[in-house]
Amino acid sequence: MKAEFKQSILDALANPNLTGALGNFSVAYRAGRAKAYEGIDFEALRDEIATVKSSAASHFDELAEQFTRAAEARGTKVFRTSDPAAVRDYVLALAKERGVKRIVKSKSMATEEIHLNKHLQDAGMEVQETDLGEWIIQLAGQTPSHMVMPAIHMTKEEVTTVFNTKVEDGQKPDIPKLVKFARGKLRPMFLAADMGISGANIAVAETGSIVIVTNEGNARLVSTLPKIHVAIVGLEKLIEEFKDIVPILTALPRSATAQLLTSYVSIISGPVPNTDGSPKELHIVLMDNRRNEMAHDPRFKQALQCIRCASCLNVCPVFRLVGGHVFGKVYTGGIGTILTAWFNALKESDEIQSLCIQCGNCKDVCPGKIDIPDLILELRRRLAVEQGLPVIQKAIFSVVNNRRLFHTMMRAASIGQIPFAKDGFIRHLPMFLSNMTEGRSLPAIAAVPFRDRIKEIKQPKCAEKAAFYGGCLIDFAYPEMGEAVVKVLNKAGIEVIFPEGQTCCGAPARYSGAYEVAAQNGSDNIKALLAEDVKYVVSACPTCTVALKHDFAAHLEAVGRTDELPAAKELAAKTWDFSTLASMLLEQGRLKLKKGIEPTQFSYHDSCHFKRTLHADQTPRNIMKQAGHELVEMDECDMCCGMGGSYTIKMPEISAPILQRKLQNIEKTGVPLLLTDCPGCTMQIGGGLDKRGSKIKVEHTAQRLAECIE
Amino acid sequence: MGAVLESTAMIDSFITRATAVSAQVERAANRELALEMVLRILQNEGVDDKPHCGATWAACEMVGPADQAKLQGSVRGLSFNVTRELAADAKVGISQMDYALANTGTLVQAADEIDKRLVSTLPPLHIALVSTAAVLPDLPAFIQRVDPRKSAYLAFITGPSRTADIERVLTIGVHGPARLIIILVDDVEVAA
Repeated sequence: MKAEFKQSILDALANPNLTGALGNFSVAYRAGRAKAYEGIDFEALRDEIATVKSSAASHFDELAEQFTRAAEARGTKVFRTSDPAAVRDYVLALAKERGVKRIVKSKSMATEEIHLNKHLQDAGMEVQETDLGEWIIQLAGQTPSHMVMPAIHMTKEEVTTVFNTKVEDGQKPDIPKLVKFARGKLRPMFLAADMGISGANIAVAETGSIVIVTNEGNARLVSTLPKIHVAIVGLEKLIEEFKDIVPILTALPRSATAQLLTSYVSIISGPVPNTDGSPKELHIVLMDNRRNEMAHDPRFKQALQCIRCASCLNVCPVFRLVGGHVFGKVYTGGIGTILTAWFNALKESDEIQSLCIQCGNCKDVCPGKIDIPDLILELRRRLAVEQGLPVIQKAIFSVVNNRRLFHTMMRAASIGQIPFAKDGFIRHLPMFLSNMTEGRSLPAIAAVPFRDRIKEIKQPKCAEKAAFYGGCLIDFAYPEMGEAVVKVLNKAGIEVIFPEGQTCCGAPARYSGAYEVAAQNGSDNIKALLAEDVKYVVSACPTCTVALKHDFAAHLEAVGRTDELPAAKELAAKTWDFSTLASMLLEQGRLKLKKGIEPTQFSYHDSCHFKRTLHADQTPRNIMKQAGHELVEMDECDMCCGMGGSYTIKMPEISAPILQRKLQNIEKTGVPLLLTDCPGCTMQIGGGLDKRGSKIKVEHTAQRLAECIE
Repeated sequence: MGAVLESTAMIDSFITRATAVSAQVERAANRELALEMVLRILQNEGVDDKPHCGATWAACEMVGPADQAKLQGSVRGLSFNVTRELAADAKVGISQMDYALANTGTLVQAADEIDKRLVSTLPPLHIALVSTAAVLPDLPAFIQRVDPRKSAYLAFITGPSRTADIERVLTIGVHGPARLIIILVDDVEVAA
């Protein structure tokens, strides 16, 4: 990472206006969005949108032709090009030919993408943005920091300064007055403009219509007052039929601004008369700029299902800390990272893609049903292929893949830190490792790893067997979690074995884009875990469980090792996360909860993979409630804790404030106990609470359950 | 009876939704009472023939030539001859909308004629007349009735103009009207 980028992160984090505005917005957005979607089956709605948009992306060429025919039949001029330069030249040539001097614009990300304003201004045109947020950033000489709210990073005081220095002195930081000032200044510009430029939210091939969604009313003025209207439309806005606008217009306002519908929606299907009775000149530019190429990429085609609502920005734990000027280029946040890689260049997404913590929040709310985190990983993988992995990372993989060596080294480091270790925590590390204990203590490395400790456990003879997949954290740092798993399963009549050949689950390699390494990890683990005939393979780490159930097969397939897929699927079919297995055993009566357990209030932290990939989030809550404990939900219980595997090491500056917010939410509940199903989250949150001197205990569900069964 | 109940619920929903997005909704038992209501609003707003005090009314089915003459006789500064200049200077714009959507509180108009858009966008107050019989449940119901190939500019209006671009603080009335008064008019036939 370049120092410049690192510095931009630090600057953003140190800007309380930015983090305050985005942080407050993310809370309001979450509640507002939920309310706006009341009574709507979101899953069905987004399936519909995904189908409509994906189908359109399968034949952009035909749809563009159909759109052109339908629009031109009613007098619209349609210009189609794959080249951004050709779009700029077309608009400029048209403006020159018609003697245009003044242009008003309503919000258009497509024109931002191709830097149209600059091109027109360089040729002497006066180009005026009219969306309030866009106008502010135009005056300030900035780029939009958010696709829907371009100036969300600025305070009213900053806006006032911009108005005072760039427009007219004497403005006060009073929002209604600032808005009124903008209305007063922009109105004459609308009336005097010779050309209006807009974008479009939807383009309907069947009818040659464009649909423009706004709240301020500027698009109505841009498309009404000047005698020429030019709409710049990305190919991905095309849909087949007019009726297909319904799901998009249902989701877009709800997801973008938590509204049922925006103040204005304009559906323009041809030139309409001007005030003097002459027909308006309507031009629609269908712009490709690699969208068709994207449609032919089997992985990235789904990114064209985006309706530009920006909900992926609004729910992102990283975006709300650093904003769009760090997390993005023209397009921002999760989807912005993907669009940057395509519309600009893959390598331009290199730094911004590294900001993604892979929590999966965005995937859950995306109305286009785009697996944004997965596509970001794919970018990471392609970048790793294109640029190669850093030497240090390669060295790390060679260590983590050798379990004995990895433990020895960790242990050596841990013993080296004995002066710093107390009560099972390491609170300070020297030198370059100091970031790791910034705001969080680390668990001490166990003297004997779980793989050796399990040999000392006296297990009863059982009819059924389970293979336990430890993962690095349980094996080396939290062997007590593994012991709890063994205790619970033994009581259900299941003997637990620990196949020695098991190695790293591949997550570190996966999340670095090193799929060859990850695939080899998968292959080694499949062999080890299937060597003995067991009924279950159990893991108490959600990241590992996801690796066993989903990723091994995906990695092997990605690198062409398809002959190993049947074995990967066999392993996936018998893999269980601990809580889901325990829940089944309770239901079957093979496990019994103790009577008269002293009720403890607890809160539950949802681990990202556990909730959003395994969808098991309610299971541990229900088990603990059945056991008699009382659940007190915290705010944002399913927001990432900032661990993100190696993210916490690569991006400690961002990981730390994410953790602090989590800790505040936990402390606000006032409970003495926090449960989670993830050893990684336990490390992050437990370490954070320890550093703050908190007495709240953090346990894995397995540990608490082991105390609750007969 | 069932249909009547259904339409009552739809109208209630429309009123609730439109009010929730800061529109003011009134109801008139018939066309004549609706026009009287408009007249009263214009008088209360101080519409006059002085600069910046005018009202401009886009031609609509609910107002015939005789009504126009009568209304103009009652309010100085009211014009049925819409121009950019008049609309830009006016205090109030009045127009008739073709449909209302109950589940979002939305008004819809085939607005090919520019006058309809000028009066509903430029003045700070927009008064929208709509027949109660034109209330539809939702967007899908509207889509079934309308062919965009027959109307080149379909305009949807849901509440007054708004922005939250500065510090996300909701502010009403940026480029379009700051106020929207909707008059639901009973007993008016709707063109098919």
